[in-house]
Amino acid sequence: MKMKPLDRILLLLTGLLAAYQIAVGIDGLGFFTITAYTLAFGVLLVAGLLLIILGFGVLDSPIVVIVSTIIPLSLSLGLVWELLASFRTPYLLFAILGFIAIIITRSTPMPGKLPTLLLALIHGVAGMTIFLLPIIFAVTGQAKPGFALVGVGGALIGVGGLLLSFLQAGKPILSRETILKVLPGLLFLMTLCFVIGFRYG
Amino acid sequence: MNILNAKFRLYWPLTKPLQSGLLLATGLAGYMSARCPVLHIGTILGLAGSLFLAIAGSTVLNMWWDRDIDAKMKRTQKRPTSSGSAPADEVLRLGLILSVIGVGWAVAMNPLYGLVVFAGLFFDVVVYSMWLKRRTCWGILWGGVSGAMPILAGRVLGLGGFDWIGLSLTLGVLFWIPTHTLTFSMKFAKDYETACVPTFPSTYGLAFTRATIAVSSVLAAVAMGAAAFGIGMDWGFLRLLGVLTAGLLMLAFAITFRPSEQVNFGLFKYASLYMLAAMILVVIEVL
Repeated sequence: MKMKPLDRILLLLTGLLAAYQIAVGIDGLGFFTITAYTLAFGVLLVAGLLLIILGFGVLDSPIVVIVSTIIPLSLSLGLVWELLASFRTPYLLFAILGFIAIIITRSTPMPGKLPTLLLALIHGVAGMTIFLLPIIFAVTGQAKPGFALVGVGGALIGVGGLLLSFLQAGKPILSRETILKVLPGLLFLMTLCFVIGFRYG
Repeated sequence: MNILNAKFRLYWPLTKPLQSGLLLATGLAGYMSARCPVLHIGTILGLAGSLFLAIAGSTVLNMWWDRDIDAKMKRTQKRPTSSGSAPADEVLRLGLILSVIGVGWAVAMNPLYGLVVFAGLFFDVVVYSMWLKRRTCWGILWGGVSGAMPILAGRVLGLGGFDWIGLSLTLGVLFWIPTHTLTFSMKFAKDYETACVPTFPSTYGLAFTRATIAVSSVLAAVAMGAAAFGIGMDWGFLRLLGVLTAGLLMLAFAITFRPSEQVNFGLFKYASLYMLAAMILVVIEVL
């Protein structure tokens, strides 16, 4: 499917927002949190640029499943590190082991439903963490109301990550055309929610 | 008026506006990196004007000199110089006029700056195009040196002399250029073969060329990183530069170990974007 000019503009805006977030938006946080967020938004930025340069064809690469897992895992890790100090070590272990498991199941032939189940589990936990944590903190007054937007971004990233991963895994939830049609807009909205949420949260 | 318009349309593409613009951006970034009075509009306009004229002049002179080989290559045979739509003597005159005005203006602004601008033009036209390009694939090294001169010139104009940061910025561009030109020479390998121009792929093979691209990408990243650190770039901008560098290294790694036409094209485009972004970061940092 050919990329339209509007798709390129949306991806460019996504890249610029991610670049802003890396350079300015996460200043003042702890070293580990900054590293985790830089990883998440960095992958988003480089992936956006590569999509603009190479078109949607780049999504056919088997590495997409692995890369699309880095974003929710590192973003959720950053949130847990910043907001739930007592869960730091267990979640760090979950993130590292989950990522290793995704690499193994995606780079070696594996029969059965294990790779798909693992993918759903890791994306599910990371996505729910990004979705729920900011909303709970905003509702309970532990963060400003604007922080809830990070949760909205989390919901969008969960949807995008699952759509892409299952498409690449050969079990598409929606048709390829539909996914590619909504993907640039989804990425842009998601990044916008994160940037505004972190800025005013 | 119509004649002037027609001439402009004919000769403007000979200056390779995008390439010249990118080199000009490196020159401006080099100047800004010196943290000189950035709102000195007169100096900035002088820098932009003199550099653009010198770069455009050397590009036109290269086109004039290479018109015979350009005519043999599919990619370049429609250029006004190779197709014959622009008379050779007129192209030569234009190239000389632009170069003389550009270098003269630069010397008038600051003799040392003028010397660096002249060195860039000399390495590009005489050493690279006239002397080495048709003899050895290593000629691109000197093409790279000339491409790295604008950023050094800008730094020298801002600082009034040479320093290690200027050298590091120069090396950053110098090592970035093979990433750009070697991927280009792989893409158009047949064209260069037809024109009997030696390239890395035709002399050493694709594997060596890819390894060279990977090594030069790493060196470019190290040099740009060191320069950014030396300039005193804000931690946030350093993070962003690090992310963009990681993308460059990832593509260089991919082209070495999982080569494909797609990755080749991706690296070619990304390398330009990387350099432009690095220059923008240097400028924003100072503003």
